[in-house]
Amino acid sequence: MTATADIAARFAAGAPACDAWSIRVMRSRSESLYVTRGIVDPVHLGDDLGAMVTVEAAGGIGYAATSDVSAAGLKAAGREALAWAGRTAGRMVAAAGKRQTSAAPVVFDREDRPRLGWDALSRSAKIDRLKASAAALKRGDAIVDWYAGVSFTDEDVVLATSHGDFIRQRRGLVIPGLAASASDGGETQTRTFARGGLMRQGGWDVLEDLGFWNAPERIAEEALELLKAPDCPTGAMDLLLMPDQMYIQIHESIGHPLELDRILGDERNYAGTSFVTPDMFGAYRYGSKLLNVTFDPGVAGEAAAYAFDDDGTPATKQFLIREGMLERGLGGATSQVRINIPGVANSRACNWNRPAIDRMANLNVEAGGSTLDDLMAQVDDGVVMETNTSWSIDDSRNKFQFGCERARLITNGKLGPVVKNPNYRGISATFWRNLKGLGNAATVRVMGTPTCGKGEPNQAIRVGHATPAGLFENVAVFGGG
Amino acid sequence: MQQQFFELADLIQSCLKADEGFLAAFSGETSQFVRFNRSAVRQAGAVAQRYLTIELFRGKRHASQTITLTGADDRDAVTAAVAALRDVLADAHEDPHFLINETPASTTRVLPNMLPAEDEAVGAILDAGRGHDLVGLYAAGPIHRGFANSYGQRNWDTAHAFSADFSFYLQSDKAVKVDHAGTAWDAGTFAAKMGGAKARLAALARPPKTISPGSYRVFFAPAAMEELFGLLSWGGFSLAAEKTATTPFIRMVDGGVTLDPRVTLAENIAEGIAPGFQGEGFVKPASVPLITKGAWTSSLASPRSAAEFNVPPNGADGSEGPVALDMAAGAVKDADVLATLGTGIHVGNLWYLNYSDRNACRLTGMTRFATFWVENGEIVAPLNVMRFDDTVYRMLGANLVGLTAQRDLRVSTDTYESRSTRSMRLPGAVIADLAMTL
Repeated sequence: MTATADIAARFAAGAPACDAWSIRVMRSRSESLYVTRGIVDPVHLGDDLGAMVTVEAAGGIGYAATSDVSAAGLKAAGREALAWAGRTAGRMVAAAGKRQTSAAPVVFDREDRPRLGWDALSRSAKIDRLKASAAALKRGDAIVDWYAGVSFTDEDVVLATSHGDFIRQRRGLVIPGLAASASDGGETQTRTFARGGLMRQGGWDVLEDLGFWNAPERIAEEALELLKAPDCPTGAMDLLLMPDQMYIQIHESIGHPLELDRILGDERNYAGTSFVTPDMFGAYRYGSKLLNVTFDPGVAGEAAAYAFDDDGTPATKQFLIREGMLERGLGGATSQVRINIPGVANSRACNWNRPAIDRMANLNVEAGGSTLDDLMAQVDDGVVMETNTSWSIDDSRNKFQFGCERARLITNGKLGPVVKNPNYRGISATFWRNLKGLGNAATVRVMGTPTCGKGEPNQAIRVGHATPAGLFENVAVFGGG
Repeated sequence: MQQQFFELADLIQSCLKADEGFLAAFSGETSQFVRFNRSAVRQAGAVAQRYLTIELFRGKRHASQTITLTGADDRDAVTAAVAALRDVLADAHEDPHFLINETPASTTRVLPNMLPAEDEAVGAILDAGRGHDLVGLYAAGPIHRGFANSYGQRNWDTAHAFSADFSFYLQSDKAVKVDHAGTAWDAGTFAAKMGGAKARLAALARPPKTISPGSYRVFFAPAAMEELFGLLSWGGFSLAAEKTATTPFIRMVDGGVTLDPRVTLAENIAEGIAPGFQGEGFVKPASVPLITKGAWTSSLASPRSAAEFNVPPNGADGSEGPVALDMAAGAVKDADVLATLGTGIHVGNLWYLNYSDRNACRLTGMTRFATFWVENGEIVAPLNVMRFDDTVYRMLGANLVGLTAQRDLRVSTDTYESRSTRSMRLPGAVIADLAMTL
């Protein structure tokens, strides 16, 4: 057995007497390679290993997480979790959800080898390629800040329970980064490689698939171009969002409002509540008929593709919104019991030291039928925006404002000049109903964010969003100044 | 824990070859986390974590690794990490920006444990929430930070800290936020704060007011100012951001634009709770002036940026964000806040701020929690959430009416990866003509 499985077995051998227990062991090994302003940054490695024990006893539930995975450390964690179960008995807002399992224990241990693809190239060869990319970003004296880099993390997670379940999942995640800032006359404009939104499960070869190596020259040229561009115009107009802005629009104004734990009130003190109420499921028109939103853990390479969530619930594709109608929420086994609304397998923890809560995972907008040209042809007077740079939304996830790195005017169906500082604002409850065009599969990009924040204690977790381009009508658009 | 770290530092020292040196940083905590919703426990437990970061250097070549101390074979893990870093150094590039403290400056600070027992805290919170809709998090326990290097420097800091971060909800999104954080738990103070929050709920029961977009006179309470400066701390006071023209204060740094002369900001380590040393071994100065009487004064310079841009370091961490931001008090007395506001919006908290135009230091964000419409110095109604979108140059420049004489110590309640030791000491601000947009 490997280290993570050994640790789970070590705990099981001395587990406390209780109604039920589980142990989630997680090891994350990471490497960060960056070249900033022409200098190779020092390499940083990480090796993070620990375990969370959860105990149910007499109606209470307690957890204890520890980086001390010795037999004594795990035994102490078991005692600590049991003590917390005792303190919470009779004082809890909700009991644990009973996930839908067969009578037989679940055993899952697929032989993934995420490091193979990453280790295929030597570290020095990787750095040499990044140095070349960084050099390509420095296109003249006006480029005042630039970097090229990539981080890689491979995770090995074991979930074992007193029921006999044993689930082991391994995955590698690549997060690339490129940025160029151009400055002149007290004004600075920055272009990036989707601001960290292009990330994938896999190894070094993912970078080729993402177009990483071809991007530096374009990014630098576009930063320089923005310096000379006029501000985005102000007014109500058609707005075409490219996938590297669509994904954050989906994240903030569909994903978060549909989280069942927000609707249940758990997040009201921190991440916020939701304008969505339980009675809306099955009855509420969230968007136009073009809008189909799925929870899809099966998209290969997407950031949150997995077979089981951290409660051990099998993960399968589900429609949350079908032809604009709200059907299902983003809630794991516990939330589904508490609220009696259908959910998905999205009970997730960011690390061994945090408990699982409802999270987005792969939350995708299904492709429509229009080419990009078809979408632009529908626009008499509008803008197309790309690459998110600013995001803000109220605590009910309704009133939002987003900013992008770059936009171009669209007039009579034709692309026009580049404009800078593009922003738009709106209200989730009505915005998606104004979706009047959706790109086809050729426009889809698999995006995601590595740092979705939520939870008390706080957790930053990676989520995936695959999306086509989307066209919205009558949106309040404005520029800077 | 201190002894364990120093023994591991000695072990690293013993692993070094003649031309090698090391830096080591320890980050550990033993935390109780009790999450509440609807005046009952939602999730509860404990987290014990210990992280060791080793940075090995040879001349200007260096690399680092962070490992968890697992309790099993830690000495072997440290030895293996040093060997792995030596392999990395074999083909590492020289780093012209590598700058570390070579003059040992050892320090020790261990604050006493004045935290309540688990049962006492949970009981007090449940008592306070009885009959109300209470939601939030109680976090408590020791936080340890350590530093060591091959020059013999040893630093240690232990703070036993707690944070009670809660909201009392009346209905939908109408709530009063209350927080109580520090190093000495006092049951009477906690009960008084919770009682005060519950008393303020009554004002939220009035029918809420919705306002149209436009310009409004506002009061930002210190908690709202914390959100404002939380965003500005993201690159706003960084030397690297200043020198690469990516700072949101570019017009102050390069263009001579100033804020109101009553605006004075400093990194005030002496009065914060963050450790007084940083990752390259430099001891932080007691205070670093950032903005003085409205004029840009200096940035926070990490050793790495200091080397790159040829200025002296001033104790900043690698992120170059303030950890003990201090804003000078003004003259508006607490009792005069509503009268000074006159007619406008009393903003208890802000939420989710971000830039609309970074070059113009133009920010947007939402009102949140107890925010009220005020007429002629009297609270009239709770306000439905509104978005603002305006520049700092207007808010804290021409449109600044006044800052309060009373300042709040805002201890960060962030718990991403580990419990934060950041804090801010801030007044409230009355501002004219704030642009509200949605």
